[in-house]
Amino acid sequence: MKKKLKAYKIKANGLHFKELNNLIKKAVNDGHNSLNIVGVIGQRYIGTGLNKKIKINIKGTAGADLGAFMDGPNIVLKGNAQDAVGNTMNSGSITVHGSASDVCGIAARSGRIFIKGNVGYRAGIHMKEYQDFKPTLIIGGEAYDFLGEYMAGGILAVLNLNSKEQYLPSTYIGTGMHGGVIYIRGNVHQSQLGQEVSSLKLDSKDEELLYPRLKEFANTFKLDFDKIIKERFIKLLPLSHRPYGRLYAY
Amino acid sequence: MKTYIPHKFEVNINDKCIKCLVCVKQCSFSALSFDEDDATIYPDNNKCVACHRCTTLCPTKSINIVKNPIVYHPNEYWKANVIEDIYKQAETGGILLSGTGNDKDYPVYFDRILLDASQVTNPSIDPLREPMELRTYLGKKSDRLQFKENKKSTTTIKTKSEPQVKLETPIMFAAMSLGAISYNAHQALARTAEEHGTLYNTGEGGLHKSLYKYGKNTIVQVASGRYGVHHEYLNAGSVVEIKIGQGAKPGIGGHLPGEKINAEISQTRMIPEGTDALSPAPHHDIYSIEDLAQLVYAIKEATFYKKLVSVKIAAVHNVAAIASGIARAGADIVTIDGFRGGTGAAPTVIRDNVGIPIEMAIAAVDDRLRKESIRNNVSLVASGGIRNSVDVVKAIALGADAVYIGTSALISIGCTMCQKCYTGKCAWGIATTNPQLAKRLNPEIAYKRLSNLLRAWSLEIKEILGAMGLNAIESLKSNRLRLRGVGLSAEELKILGIKQAGG
Ligand code: SF4
Ligand code: SF4
Repeated sequence: MKKKLKAYKIKANGLHFKELNNLIKKAVNDGHNSLNIVGVIGQRYIGTGLNKKIKINIKGTAGADLGAFMDGPNIVLKGNAQDAVGNTMNSGSITVHGSASDVCGIAARSGRIFIKGNVGYRAGIHMKEYQDFKPTLIIGGEAYDFLGEYMAGGILAVLNLNSKEQYLPSTYIGTGMHGGVIYIRGNVHQSQLGQEVSSLKLDSKDEELLYPRLKEFANTFKLDFDKIIKERFIKLLPLSHRPYGRLYAY
Repeated sequence: MKTYIPHKFEVNINDKCIKCLVCVKQCSFSALSFDEDDATIYPDNNKCVACHRCTTLCPTKSINIVKNPIVYHPNEYWKANVIEDIYKQAETGGILLSGTGNDKDYPVYFDRILLDASQVTNPSIDPLREPMELRTYLGKKSDRLQFKENKKSTTTIKTKSEPQVKLETPIMFAAMSLGAISYNAHQALARTAEEHGTLYNTGEGGLHKSLYKYGKNTIVQVASGRYGVHHEYLNAGSVVEIKIGQGAKPGIGGHLPGEKINAEISQTRMIPEGTDALSPAPHHDIYSIEDLAQLVYAIKEATFYKKLVSVKIAAVHNVAAIASGIARAGADIVTIDGFRGGTGAAPTVIRDNVGIPIEMAIAAVDDRLRKESIRNNVSLVASGGIRNSVDVVKAIALGADAVYIGTSALISIGCTMCQKCYTGKCAWGIATTNPQLAKRLNPEIAYKRLSNLLRAWSLEIKEILGAMGLNAIESLKSNRLRLRGVGLSAEELKILGIKQAGG
């Protein structure tokens, strides 16, 4: 396969998602490893199911399932994204220079997702980890209810950078969580947490885990890393890795 | 706490016993022990589950398992099982669990339906001497066919067919995950599916590396937990099945306890050893038919529109409307699992009280899709409690394209329906991830038994078709005129879409 250095341009205006994604797949098959997709107006599934380490730049508003089931691509979106960004993704990265809607990062197994703005409900739901697979989801703004629900692994951070409120607007945070870790910049009331998590202070290990990722986030969006970490963080951990272990009569 | 529950079974060992201790070693429920001092095998009746492992392997046939004849004061309302369930919950404080399917005394409509046969006016066919076709294609069928006349007065079909999956017999193996059943069982199912030109289903536990080679005969499942789901997995089989529900536990998620997540299971599910594998009750990216369509097409995009997408639901009250929504959401196959469908573990209250009979569901769904003129857009697969070839025939005549078998397949390789799958102690090496137990299931023998079962059923289906004067399973599909009901109410006959016998 020939390597082509210049980014391949695709105009998305007026295309059905199937037509657009066919063009993307064809370009990838033809050996392009960098795509510029412009004029995206809600088309779903961009990057879905692709398994090559290619670069995809998108301008516009991406539809649902951006990068679903993907394994490798590096997607940068200048705009907002709809539901299920990075649905069940296996590796690669997604950067959204805007906000994303519900179930962002659902069931992601690895790779990283950076959202500059806010996310909707159930962000990071059922993220997992396994051996070297460990997903990272960082949200620059706010996140809504059921953040990190059922979380089984990975690192989820919410920075709440754009609000004057110290407390996140979400409730039921970490409901059913049984693995991984959630970091929140600012604070949460006990009443905002699900029954299965407890709120703790960060230690040096957390800094090792979080700071490099935050630095990358800050660099990506040209933010001041030191300013970000000046505010206090809390971390949420599951109380048990087996929250439903004692439910049954054997 | 001392249990008030009397033992259900008694293990009787007679004096033909030669003290070989096979039974003691084989009883995975620790119901038998050997006392060296008096050289006697002592049963602990409380622990016996009537799995028959000991009786089958005893070389002198000196063990017998009988029901405990103990009686309660007769009461048609407070029956023994009601009383004992209360005892058990008072002693544990937990949700009652069961393995296998609903075992309660609900009507079995298959047994109230009789088949037609040809006499005089249209001759029956001898399947041994005349061609008889069981081949079935799953997938969307075109609304109409367009033809092109070529120059040399030949004709070709212009209409481009949607992808189809060919089954040489309309019997597939139902979703049973690696973890719910052992690797040897999975391998035997895969091999048999390949030999008979049909499909087996991975269930929601991912696909073992060594089984990728059976891809053509594989349905890979995507359930709410998304365990082991990735690019290679999605593209490994012929069909991707989105599991929404299961007949044994409609509306309930899954929970494979950490004890069962050993190295092998951990690898295919892609989660750490020893952690619980929780499958949420809903898919959290699906709250509507529109959301379902979104996942259907996400999978089609991820599989380059080359694989069929099946959506599996439990047969519930308004199954026909839901199936219509699924057909409109772009699925190629609608799979309906009736209330007799099996499971490795389900809360007993759910297993025994939720859902509807598969016979009613098939008829209702087939009817609805026909009335809406979308029946050709999807194949209809029925599952949940198919016990023999006649059930297959009746399911197809009621409107299914093909069936799944799960419980029957497991019985063929040794399952005795002891209902203890959820304990992980299956004495037959089927529903277990314990390597010591799992190796009891010889994959070679299991494969032969499964293969014989499919052969026998396929032969019987041909016999039945021949008797009906049909030479292809296709002609039986939704052919309810060839069915008659006995002992059913007018309303039941109406929903099944069949006539009363004699009429
Ligand atoms: S549990 Fe099975 S093997 Fe054990 S005594 Fe009872 S029938 Fe025999
Ligand atoms: S699979 Fe095993 S444990 Fe389950 S019912 Fe059959 S014999 Fe019993």
